[in-house]
Amino acid sequence: MTAALLEVADLGKHFGGFTALDTVNLSIAPGERVGLIGPNGSGKSTLVNCLCGTLRNDSGSVRFDGRVVDRLAAHQRTRLGMARSFQLPKPFGSLSLADNIRMPLLYTVNARGGETLSPAALDARCRDLLQLVGLADKAARLPRDLTQVEMRKLELARAVAAEPKLLIADEAMAGLSHSEVDDILALLGMLNQRGIAIILIEHIMRAVMSFSQRLVVLVAGRKIADGLPQEVTRNPDVVKAYIGE
Amino acid sequence: MEISLDLLLGAVVAGILLGGFYAAVSIGVSISFGMLDIVNIAHPAFIILGSYAAYIINSSFGIDPIVSAVIMLPVFFLLGTGVYEVYYAVFERRGDEALRGLAFFFGLLFIIEVALILVFGVDYRFVEAAYIGPTLRYGPIDLPLRMLVPFAVSILMLAGLQLYLSRTFTGRAIMAVSQDRLALQLMSANPGRIKRIAFGISIATAALAGAFLIIIQPVEPSVGRDYIGRVFAITVLGGLGSFPGMLTASILLGIVESITSTFYGPSWSPAVAFGFLLVTLAVRPSGIMGRR
Amino acid sequence: MRPLTFWLVAIAVGAAFFGLSLLAPNQYYFQAGYVVLQYIVLATAWNILGGYTGYVNFGVAAFFALGAYSTVALYKLLPLPLPLLVLIGGVVSGVVGLGMGYLTLRLRGAFFSIATLALAVVMETLITNWDYVGGSRGAYILRPAQVPLLGNYIVYLFLVMLALAVIAIGIARSIERSRLGFGFAAIRDDEQAAEAAGVPTLRLKLVATTLSGALMGMAGAPLPYYVTYLDPASGFNLAYAVNSIAMPLIGGTTSWVGPLIGAIFLGTVQQLATVTISSALNLLIVGLLLVGFVVIAPNGIVGLVASLRAAMRARGVHRQWKRASREPLPRESPR
Repeated sequence: MTAALLEVADLGKHFGGFTALDTVNLSIAPGERVGLIGPNGSGKSTLVNCLCGTLRNDSGSVRFDGRVVDRLAAHQRTRLGMARSFQLPKPFGSLSLADNIRMPLLYTVNARGGETLSPAALDARCRDLLQLVGLADKAARLPRDLTQVEMRKLELARAVAAEPKLLIADEAMAGLSHSEVDDILALLGMLNQRGIAIILIEHIMRAVMSFSQRLVVLVAGRKIADGLPQEVTRNPDVVKAYIGE
Repeated sequence: MEISLDLLLGAVVAGILLGGFYAAVSIGVSISFGMLDIVNIAHPAFIILGSYAAYIINSSFGIDPIVSAVIMLPVFFLLGTGVYEVYYAVFERRGDEALRGLAFFFGLLFIIEVALILVFGVDYRFVEAAYIGPTLRYGPIDLPLRMLVPFAVSILMLAGLQLYLSRTFTGRAIMAVSQDRLALQLMSANPGRIKRIAFGISIATAALAGAFLIIIQPVEPSVGRDYIGRVFAITVLGGLGSFPGMLTASILLGIVESITSTFYGPSWSPAVAFGFLLVTLAVRPSGIMGRR
Repeated sequence: MRPLTFWLVAIAVGAAFFGLSLLAPNQYYFQAGYVVLQYIVLATAWNILGGYTGYVNFGVAAFFALGAYSTVALYKLLPLPLPLLVLIGGVVSGVVGLGMGYLTLRLRGAFFSIATLALAVVMETLITNWDYVGGSRGAYILRPAQVPLLGNYIVYLFLVMLALAVIAIGIARSIERSRLGFGFAAIRDDEQAAEAAGVPTLRLKLVATTLSGALMGMAGAPLPYYVTYLDPASGFNLAYAVNSIAMPLIGGTTSWVGPLIGAIFLGTVQQLATVTISSALNLLIVGLLLVGFVVIAPNGIVGLVASLRAAMRARGVHRQWKRASREPLPRESPR
């Protein structure tokens, strides 16, 4: 077995007296497609925030690509190759789509040391990434001109611009129509083909089931199941958590 | 030694009285900043406006300043709802409250102050009331009525507002808007209307706080600035939007300021509030950020 | 325009302006010009933090007065040439800016603004209680009547402030076109997303507070020589803060042009108004303009001009602008 890309050990997070995450263990292999599900308030977003460095975990550790990243700020983790998209898209509203993409290129790819992209190469890279998500013709527009699904695509393109090894897609499909969900799924599949491991956090079961190689279920801050999607959905604990006691 | 102990006791009592007044000054910001997330830095200017309203009514009709403030409550409430209307339409709806919203209130602060200077000049104004002169004495403790009366009315106002927020439908909706906007919509209350009422109340408290201020000391248009640091230090330290926390912080600041001015001289007291604020920001940011 | 070309043009414009000003019939023009230039520096400095990163500094007077009072303190100690004093004032205020930023920038933006407001109060308290620099009585500074080559000292002060204005605008413009300025814009738009895109937000914000504070301190350093008598009430005058905020917001906050236009416009209006009407009324005008502009024209004069041009283009009046119309904002990609 190859070394895990992401290794989460006994992760814990509290808000005052409320335990948001309780000794969560999770391992992701390079290039893997993992679905993360759980009812509202089960700690999915807290887990994402602890992984990405938006929040600091109180106990346990996060190891990414062979390094313990617990003490690293969010931007440092991004530079190591951990990218995320936000549940509510957070575009840079005053910048054009191309410049939205340019930001991670300047601050991750060009900040990693080694080769630096020239202005022309940056332009080309922005164009390619927008092409990839089908937004090339809107490169000079502002994010406020985009539709919901286009906004999600921009969000993914910006995350991918950082050349990640792991992409955490936080509800990238919430509120989208059937065909739009398929659009995003195809896009994620394509990114995965390029070797990017993906954690998909999603409520839409159809999407999670068709996408994931493995399914992880979080309930009340605890991991209650982790395995093949078909088996996990038959797990009595999972059924109970979803359908109710 | 005995003398300085008496001095200390006197300073603490004076500080508690001062703290009660600070609570009245801060409660409006506790509502607007603590609950509604509106950084109304012009609040002290509204308080000075309250002082001048009390001064005008007191000097022209001889009505008690606190009674005149009560008369002015609806006017200030309407003023507050009007300001919120503009703020909502221009900044909040556009999601532009950070830079321009702040500048808006800053400009408002300045306009109110300069307008008062243009109308009334920079002379100190004061009100007349029977309780402004006398002082109750208990051994080393002085209880000047001009401090005691605002203190008592301030506590009454706080208690009244606390009751209103916890017992009435609108009050609970205001509490809800500070915590969860979605929950509020599920209660089928209109968040815009609720916030407008809440902001109106926050400005209405400035009418009373202004009357207290002009009872305690003579007022000129720019004294409001001294309160900006204090008010926000208290609101932040008190835990944003909690009245008991705010009252505790007010009294704490009152005591510290009173001790500073007794032992080091009054020219140092403006720095105390800032020190308070900095310590709060540096040491207890988690307490500040606690409301998430 | 290339950075080097821009610097050369800026210096040439500055020199031409100075040459023109030597034709001025009397000293008053230098005095008035000094004040306007000082506001160009303050407004540009404020905008580096406020306009680019979106953090509102209400404590302009504190940074400005710190620069001025470091000059007063040194004046008593040993005579130093003015440019050196400007540099020292910049360092003092820059360090205070860094400290302020470090204490408050990890919190929400509003806390920073409130803390800066309180900073002005505490600094004024400290200076008022510091007898060495005159305390509340204020301090007198004797300035040389003449300087070699330039003649009158006020001409020298004018020249120093002119150089500072050119430097401030040059810095602001180079930031705008660099990766730094790009990162600032990301912070202004969404800090969480900026971090996720690899932008080291805390470090960038500290750069902004330090730079902005330093420029304000530099603008304040020559003040004691200009006024020759400085007391805390005038050094910490709230008018500095109001003007420094109003000018960029009236001019437009997204580019270096905005604060420049705003400072020239508002500064000149005030210089004229102080002569003709009362100074209180004149400040009321600033307050009203500030509120009026943030309510009606959120992107300031620059934004108004841009949308006016867009409207004219739409009607096909000026076809020659068509090519430029592809780019909605005059922002170049950083290299």
